Amino acid sequence: MDFTEEQLKRYSRHIILPEVGGKGQKKISDSKVLIIGAGGLGCPVGYYLAAAGVGTIAMVDDDVVELSNLQRQIAHSVETLNVKKADSAKKTFEALNPDVNVVAIKERLNSKNILDYFREYDIIVDGTDNFPTRYLINDACVMLKKPLVSGAILRFEGQVTTIMPHDGPCYRCLFEEPPPAGLVPSCQEAGVLGVLPGVIGALQATEVLKLIIGKGTPLKGSLLIYDALGVNFRKVKVPKNDDCPVCGKNPTITDLTDLPEEYCSI
Amino acid sequence: MSEVKIDKKLDIRGAVCPYTLVKSKLGVEAIEVGQVIEILLDYPEASDSIPKAMLNYGHSVLKVEKINPREWIVQVRKEVED
Repeated sequence: MDFTEEQLKRYSRHIILPEVGGKGQKKISDSKVLIIGAGGLGCPVGYYLAAAGVGTIAMVDDDVVELSNLQRQIAHSVETLNVKKADSAKKTFEALNPDVNVVAIKERLNSKNILDYFREYDIIVDGTDNFPTRYLINDACVMLKKPLVSGAILRFEGQVTTIMPHDGPCYRCLFEEPPPAGLVPSCQEAGVLGVLPGVIGALQATEVLKLIIGKGTPLKGSLLIYDALGVNFRKVKVPKNDDCPVCGKNPTITDLTDLPEEYCSI
Repeated sequence: MSEVKIDKKLDIRGAVCPYTLVKSKLGVEAIEVGQVIEILLDYPEASDSIPKAMLNYGHSVLKVEKINPREWIVQVRKEVED
């Protein structure tokens, strides 16, 4: 593979790693990653993946940038207030690395469009924090057998897991159904430390890069829980559920359906 | 001593660290296990750091030779897949 002199410089710290090298860097530049949510999690995930040289990054978000986002959503700025978040993130990531093609998808995912979007990409990243979308994303990834790197945050705590459909548990193996609306507070109601999505998003980006280069152990079958106040990382094992309604032996969910949404863009 | 068969020659004169290593690593990736690459360099520090790095990657360093006051050659045999 041929790198330009600029690329040799830009990716030098990757290329000299035995686990990456020129071959791994080529895999990174050939890869296509779709990130749902250009918010607290999506910003750092997309930012680091753009820096790493991921060839195509899709940012899915239909919201616009608000001042209250800027405490944690680091791809946006006062320059992009009221601009669609997907466009704002595209501008930031392409300024960081012109090698990267950022696709701004300014739509809400639903049961009708999700499979068509996901099919085009190698890896899916969940940076939403509403349960209906989270379950829709999970089910779509299971049906398409797409690796899913999932993150969630609230207050001072975050969690990450990597779902390898049929080769480990999925989100429904852990919690079969979403909790009733209103039971789990959103970050709008409960708050979130601004740096927390940075920590969790960086972990998600790490998982994505490991999957792309095929090195290390994916965080499958475990939920990694980070408690910022106590400075604890806990890894909780999650078994695959043979009776899982979507990835089990006799799945009962074979079509995608839309649940009522109570959206919160982290 | 028998002559070593050189499968690939790489001229990285003018390159400084870390690009001496970046270019050498890519050179080794481009040959097969068992083949030998000969690297020509003129950055003094690299005459020391490249052989060390290649050993760390698991390859063999067959020769490090100062061929004139400003230039070195380093011969590396690829021993492991990338």
